[in-house]
Amino acid sequence: MRLDARIPDGPIDEKWSRWLDAHRLVGPLNRPSHTVIVVGTGLAGASAAASLAAQGFRVKSFCFQDTARRAHSIAAQGGINASKDFANEGDSVRRLFVDTIKGGDFRAREANVWRLAELSENIVDQAVAQGVPFNREYGGALATRSFGGVLVQRTFYSRGQTGQQLLLGAYSALQHQVAQGRATVYSRHELLDVVLVDGEARGIVARDLVTGELERHAADAVVLASGGYCNVYYLSTNAKGSNVTATWRAHKRGALFANPCFTQIHPTCIPQSGEYQSKLTLMSESLRNDGRVWVPRDPDEQRPANAIPEEERLYFLEERYPAYGNLVPRDVASRAAKTVCDEGLGVGPTKRGVYLDFRDAIRDRGRAAIEGRYGNLFEMYQRIADENPYEVPMRIYPAPHYAMGGLWVDYELQTTIPGLFAIGEANFSDHGANRLGASAMMQCLADGYFIVPHTVTHHLTKRREHVDETHPAFDEVVRDVQARIDRLMAVGGNTAPQVFHRRLGNVMLDRCGMARTEAGLIEAIAEIAEIRDAFWTDLRIDGRPDHLNQSLEYAGRVADFLELADLMCLDALRRAESAGCHFREEYQTDDGEALRDDEHFATVTAWEHAGEGVVPVAHDEALEFDSVALATRSYK
Amino acid sequence: MRFRLELWRQTGPDDPGRYEVVEADGIDPEASFLELLYQVNEGRIASGLDAVAFDSDCREGICGSCSLVIDGMPHGPRQVTSCQTFMRDFEDGQTIRVEPWRSNAFPVIRDLVTDRSAFDRIIEAGGYVSVTTGPQPNPNSMPIAPATQEAAMDAAICIGCGACVAACPNSAAMLFTGAKVTHLNLLPQGQPERRQRTLAMVEQMDEEGFGGCTNHGECSLACPQGISLDVIGMLNREYRAALRGKPVAGTSGMTAQ
Ligand SMILES: Cc1cc2nc3c(=O)[nH]c(=O)nc-3n(C[C@H](O)[C@H](O)[C@H](O)COP(=O)(O)OP(=O)(O)OC[C@H]3O[C@@H](n4cnc5c(N)ncnc54)[C@H](O)[C@@H]3O)c2cc1C
Ligand code: FES
Repeated sequence: MRLDARIPDGPIDEKWSRWLDAHRLVGPLNRPSHTVIVVGTGLAGASAAASLAAQGFRVKSFCFQDTARRAHSIAAQGGINASKDFANEGDSVRRLFVDTIKGGDFRAREANVWRLAELSENIVDQAVAQGVPFNREYGGALATRSFGGVLVQRTFYSRGQTGQQLLLGAYSALQHQVAQGRATVYSRHELLDVVLVDGEARGIVARDLVTGELERHAADAVVLASGGYCNVYYLSTNAKGSNVTATWRAHKRGALFANPCFTQIHPTCIPQSGEYQSKLTLMSESLRNDGRVWVPRDPDEQRPANAIPEEERLYFLEERYPAYGNLVPRDVASRAAKTVCDEGLGVGPTKRGVYLDFRDAIRDRGRAAIEGRYGNLFEMYQRIADENPYEVPMRIYPAPHYAMGGLWVDYELQTTIPGLFAIGEANFSDHGANRLGASAMMQCLADGYFIVPHTVTHHLTKRREHVDETHPAFDEVVRDVQARIDRLMAVGGNTAPQVFHRRLGNVMLDRCGMARTEAGLIEAIAEIAEIRDAFWTDLRIDGRPDHLNQSLEYAGRVADFLELADLMCLDALRRAESAGCHFREEYQTDDGEALRDDEHFATVTAWEHAGEGVVPVAHDEALEFDSVALATRSYK
Repeated sequence: MRFRLELWRQTGPDDPGRYEVVEADGIDPEASFLELLYQVNEGRIASGLDAVAFDSDCREGICGSCSLVIDGMPHGPRQVTSCQTFMRDFEDGQTIRVEPWRSNAFPVIRDLVTDRSAFDRIIEAGGYVSVTTGPQPNPNSMPIAPATQEAAMDAAICIGCGACVAACPNSAAMLFTGAKVTHLNLLPQGQPERRQRTLAMVEQMDEEGFGGCTNHGECSLACPQGISLDVIGMLNREYRAALRGKPVAGTSGMTAQ
């Protein structure tokens, strides 16, 4: 298979406008005769569904939560980037583009990233028009702040709840379209498979989670906006329900899965406290604007943080990276924290933690200023850790957070299955080997509001036979889905699904997390196989499949994570270099930074499913860097 | 820690339901209330019993999924969401009663899971600015004073969990509806549809079977986001003005642009 990203010709800053000028349109009167399924109601899905419906298409929107507004995107905190240069710092589309390519350690596709930077400006305008209350300066203009990996203030925010406000904006736009009769939201529904007719995506099979019924939904195009898969690590900052099932099912029907090993471990999370902990809580990266990261220089330090004098503190980010200091990109910050903890300098009961200290910021700028910027984050920290961060430094440690990998898509955000699109965190596209802060929401909304509505339209202009729910392809897929559910229900062991999930998470965090080695990955693959065998012999699901059954839902997701984990390790093994978040210990510079191998791995690896129990096939898309020179990242 | 839990069990809307007593032992004081239930369920599944159904997702107090009435109080004793309620807030050995939201407008689906889609329909009635995707004006061409933005934000932070309804003796949804009306009606973007929005959302609220506000104030005390009763005052003023068909004069504290 040859991977064709279908990047339009022309200079990079004209590609998208040329594409728009050339793409074909569907007339307004014909649009209601086309149905588009959008799976997911996060920032990507809700914005896509609302935009497609507003254009006049019939939209069916799906989510597994009880309402569209609760999608995982609601939890995003810190902000969203846009190259508006409101702070008059000389910011530009080009700078946002360069920062994103460089932040991703040169493993993203230039043309896509340029378009993302271009569209970033429209997103903030769109959100403001919807009534999203971004923070304002005294004169009433929009306020901005900095995130990691950049030297400008281009991040727009609504206190520490930017994701909530942006998602509620997109959700209300979707509800507006529901009121107009153009969109229908199927909440408490889970996609369990994609239906192909003549090789094209023509619908989905979804389970009504309340009745257990398997439903058929036919469509002319299917958009997956089902989010990321970091819950493969069990403990992560993601919502409990976030999972890989939608993209994994599509993968097994023929969509290639790209760069699965590119997962981001976020530096500023509240450390784990006990075995039964079910999630890790992120403290927004924006805190690194004012907080200073340090550990005691003495591994045997016993004094409380505030009693440790200045010269006995190791501000390891500031020392090692003087130019960016506490605002180095996430992969760099996380690895540095891991290194000092490995050296025995960690703090807190488990010694897996570092301080994030606001003492100096409070002294210099006053408590009120800090409270205004981060009040709700400080409250959240105090609630969870039971310590007052205005008085003692926060303790933080890296946690799995974001999946740069995902379904391979071309410039039109179409997967290798025609008619199947993937947007938001579900696709692999724009962040390379490491995502910069405040760029995920930007990408979700660029995809959903401004890209996929046009590329789906273009797809719909092609003539195709009418397919409805009676098509035999649906019978076949429903049979497969039913067989899978039956198989899960029939295992008849003694162990709850979360037990296997926890075991898998331990293996993945240890072997395929912040640092990876060849030997470790090979062992991980064997361990994952053992857990998978145990799962299929000792799983127990209570209740029946014909009612709300959360154990059944969970077991299905764990089964897919067990398969994905294997692919992640394979991908990490094959990529014999370090890039961004993928740090292979064998490949590092003398001072411990990631060592890329551009000769062999300036590529996207897209994996093809080759059948159950068969080794998947890797395909490479070569990345070309014409608009920014391949260079070693340095934040020093 | 050890707890004696009285858990509400109900197989569906037509089942009258009952309490089941469950002993939970070996609970970490740092566990959240949801983690307590995960642990209970894990044990129940392993011993051949069925798990208790409850809603949750973000587990950090922002998605509004979790919805437990803990010892008679929506979300428990601390005015935070159920997922942010920690076992260290309870006494070792304590008996704790756990119920779903109780309101006719939120029918029970199973155990502790309720159907809160009535809230979606209230938003659908008018909880938006009717713009569609496309080129929009430069946001700085419409300056908004930080005080106005802050007041709008104080209302916009509603997570739609429904604790306000569960806490209200009348099952009123005025705090929820008032929060959305306040958020949008305070901002310049919300002005063109101000009157119509208010009328439509209130009408939908009534249609869903929520009661009316008689100033108990329980909703605001149960609200994990601490949304103020002022939003109900604003809703009432907006509604009266909308009925009269007049633009609303601003009042102190909640001044529209
Ligand atoms: C704590 C936290 C803070 C963050 N802060 C920031 C930030 O400040 N700035 C930033 O830019 N990014 C941030 N991010 C990242 C960003 O929030 C996410 O990458 C982004 O929200 C993903 O959005 P999405 O639309 O792709 O998917 P999601 O929001 O994850 O939504 C997925 C949707 O798909 C649905 N779904 C999934 N599978 C199925 C299925 N099988 N069937 C039916 N429906 C399904 C779900 O119901 C849901 O509606 C943060 C992330 C976390 C975890
Ligand atoms: S689980 Fe999201 S608010 Fe509690």
